[in-house]
Amino acid sequence: MALRVLVGCKRVIDYAVKVRVKPDKTGVVTDGVKHSMNPFDEIAIEEAVRLKEKKVASEVVAISCGPKQCQETLRTALAMGADRAIHVEVPEPESHTLEPLGVAKIFSKLAKDEDVGLIIVGKQAIDDDCNQTGQLTAALLDWPQATFASEITVDGDSMKVIREVDGGLETIKVNMPAVVSADLRLNEPRYATLPNIMKAKKKKIDVKTPADLGVDISPRTETLSVEDPPVRQAGSKVEDVSELVEKLKSHGFV
Amino acid sequence: MLRSTVKSATVYKRFFRNLNAFPIRQSRLAIPHRNLETSTSNLPIDGPDASFALGSFGGRIHSQQLFPFPDALDEESKETIKLMIDPFEKFFREVHDPAQSDLDEAISQKSIDGLKELGGMGLQVPQKYGGMELKNTQYGRLCEIIATYDLSIGIFMGAHQSIGYKGILLYGNEKQKEKYLPSLVSGDKLAAFCLTEPSSGSDANSIQTKAVLDSDGKHYILNGNKIWISNGGLADVMTVFAQVPFQSSDSEKVSQRVTAFIVERDFGGVTNGPPEKKMGIRSSNTASVYFDNVKVPVENVLGKVGDGFKVAMNILNNGRFGMGAGMSGLIRMLIAKSIEHANNRVQFRRKLIEYQSIQEKIAKMAITHYAVESVAYAVSNNMDRGIKEYQVEAAISKVLGSESGWNTCDECLQILGGIGYMREANIERFMRDLRIFRIFEGTNDILRLFIALNGVQYAGNHLKELQKAMKEPISNFGTLWDQGIKRSRQFIGISNNEELIENAAPQLRDSASKITQRIEEFGVTVEKLLLKYGKQIVDEQFLLTRLADASIDVYTMAAVLARATKAIKENLPTAEHEQLLATTFIDEASDRTERNLGSVIGKRNLRNFSSYSQIASQISQQEGIATTRPLGF
Repeated sequence: MALRVLVGCKRVIDYAVKVRVKPDKTGVVTDGVKHSMNPFDEIAIEEAVRLKEKKVASEVVAISCGPKQCQETLRTALAMGADRAIHVEVPEPESHTLEPLGVAKIFSKLAKDEDVGLIIVGKQAIDDDCNQTGQLTAALLDWPQATFASEITVDGDSMKVIREVDGGLETIKVNMPAVVSADLRLNEPRYATLPNIMKAKKKKIDVKTPADLGVDISPRTETLSVEDPPVRQAGSKVEDVSELVEKLKSHGFV
Repeated sequence: MLRSTVKSATVYKRFFRNLNAFPIRQSRLAIPHRNLETSTSNLPIDGPDASFALGSFGGRIHSQQLFPFPDALDEESKETIKLMIDPFEKFFREVHDPAQSDLDEAISQKSIDGLKELGGMGLQVPQKYGGMELKNTQYGRLCEIIATYDLSIGIFMGAHQSIGYKGILLYGNEKQKEKYLPSLVSGDKLAAFCLTEPSSGSDANSIQTKAVLDSDGKHYILNGNKIWISNGGLADVMTVFAQVPFQSSDSEKVSQRVTAFIVERDFGGVTNGPPEKKMGIRSSNTASVYFDNVKVPVENVLGKVGDGFKVAMNILNNGRFGMGAGMSGLIRMLIAKSIEHANNRVQFRRKLIEYQSIQEKIAKMAITHYAVESVAYAVSNNMDRGIKEYQVEAAISKVLGSESGWNTCDECLQILGGIGYMREANIERFMRDLRIFRIFEGTNDILRLFIALNGVQYAGNHLKELQKAMKEPISNFGTLWDQGIKRSRQFIGISNNEELIENAAPQLRDSASKITQRIEEFGVTVEKLLLKYGKQIVDEQFLLTRLADASIDVYTMAAVLARATKAIKENLPTAEHEQLLATTFIDEASDRTERNLGSVIGKRNLRNFSSYSQIASQISQQEGIATTRPLGF
């Protein structure tokens, strides 16, 4: 079965970094800050590689949209087992205004160009928490979508997907080609080994631009200001219920 | 006046005639004699290969090795190591459990398997044998990570690849490499370095293990005992050093030649003792290894028969830079721990960081880190650049790194107070693990003597060159003793050396000038010592250790100057902070150097040294304290 899997890998500020707002309030500080692959995208790559190891998928292609440094993210994906990668180059500062819709357009164009049977993305990125790209991509392609996946089983030309929903777990059957977004419990990503990193250096990274793909990535929203959350105010203790009610009344809460 | 001039000139002449016959080999100091016998006399005075550290003993400034701050890795190598950092760290952070390993006094099979899978057992071996073929600077960056998490597993890894099978890499022939490297690189087989014996630690030439050629001429029969061998209880392949008896055709005398062998446990006759109970690095296996009539094929001689000492010293020398890099990573982590506490802990209604006492500790730790890191990366980059004579700088890095690591850990523990003393804080384990770093791989005491003797001999040799070049050497040198520094410089031929000042960033010119003055004083001081003591300087350890300390400070100051200059010239965002670290360090180190240099000549200091000898002798006779108790009983 010649199933080609496309995986989106976003380069984000590392989860362990203490994020700082820029003094001009236009965004957060990214210069010199440690970046790595979005953790949910690591899970997506891991799932795709496992499909290949089970001989369900024949090729895993990693994609990343953004500045030159995205190639480091793609090298990690290659070291984890992806076969080749495509870097859609969007230089700074344009990359800071790239939105899920733009990315979804890019993914859907590439899906058609590369004859893809399955797209796996992380459910959301840890920098913007949009949780839109997977859904938008499916809509643009008019493909079925299975979001918040915690288990995937491919069976012929359909998949059984267990989704994490508010009430618990939902099992659905999805025809392929389809878009899946990976949730936390889908798998535990392998860590790249040094020999795999050396091997990954020989794998191909193709560089394209949004213009090459005929995609308009101009933003539909404008960020007005980025600020720190307000500092938490100290609380106060009350002696009894009547004091509590009095305080609530005086603060205008009741 | 004339008589004393003539006398000192005669001493001087005799000294230089005998200079190349420095009796280092017969001394009880097992300084790597290869270097002293041959290389320092052939070392270039100037040029790209001229060692900075050695040059300073002669009052010369060889700035090429430090300015601009060495940068040997190409873009691709930098990218490769950058990609390796996260996965490498992930193993130590998520798979390995250092605290548990310390309690278990063993490394878990899970960690060993993980390390093997990671590719961490052959980091510097060529790819054709399955290794990662990392350059020294790349490897150093990984050492930073290992040391940050667990020094003990670091020793397990180091005993295997940095010394255990390094000999095969450096001296093995193609057959030996092909036979042994693949399974060692994969970690399927483990290696160990077997040199130390009960009566032979620093004095490596005095080992008793013997390898006698069998009558069939195909095997050596190996007999002996080695102690404190890291991985001794685990290794399948060992680099073993033994004496091979040699009788030349024209002599009755049988001499012993230290030889290195590749010995497999499978040869039979190899056993080991139980794991030693240690203060630290407890999860690393340390054991005695016994060789009982082990048959070692002649093909397993590593290098040539009689080359053993050279092989041993080069193996140690080759890996020495790793400790400096590792220590800089560890110190970085300890500072992070210290400042986290100082920023948050409140006493007497203020945060600890607001108190000068704590500020001093934090500042000194940061300055120390900058120094250790600068030296470590200067050395590794120079090695990667192809510079061959780096042994003195590598020794400096080891001494500086290990002592800085110990002191910083101690200070970190102090800042955390009672909390620091508790196992939970994860500092006491590092303290226990760190203690051995000043002892193994060449004790810091021996390395100081190594640095000083190398330097003094280098200075002496080049003085000889100058002597030849001068027209009336004897009468000129005779007056050297009484000359001040400036005029002495002219006599020796050290021209006004502006190199450091020219190469430094403008904001650092003042610091550069301090270093320049210290180096000039260094040259003149060494000159005076050579005049006064001649060959006997070899035994003047009170003086040699202080010369070594001066040399360590001088090299470190220069490395720091070069690094801060680079930060300023490249307009790095941290340039201002680096400048502050550099100027502060250089100011204090310069004072220290001046004191050290003064103390080897000053009458009062010399009197105190003489007192040390007397006191030690009296304690020795008394076999303990030689005073009367205050109570009289």
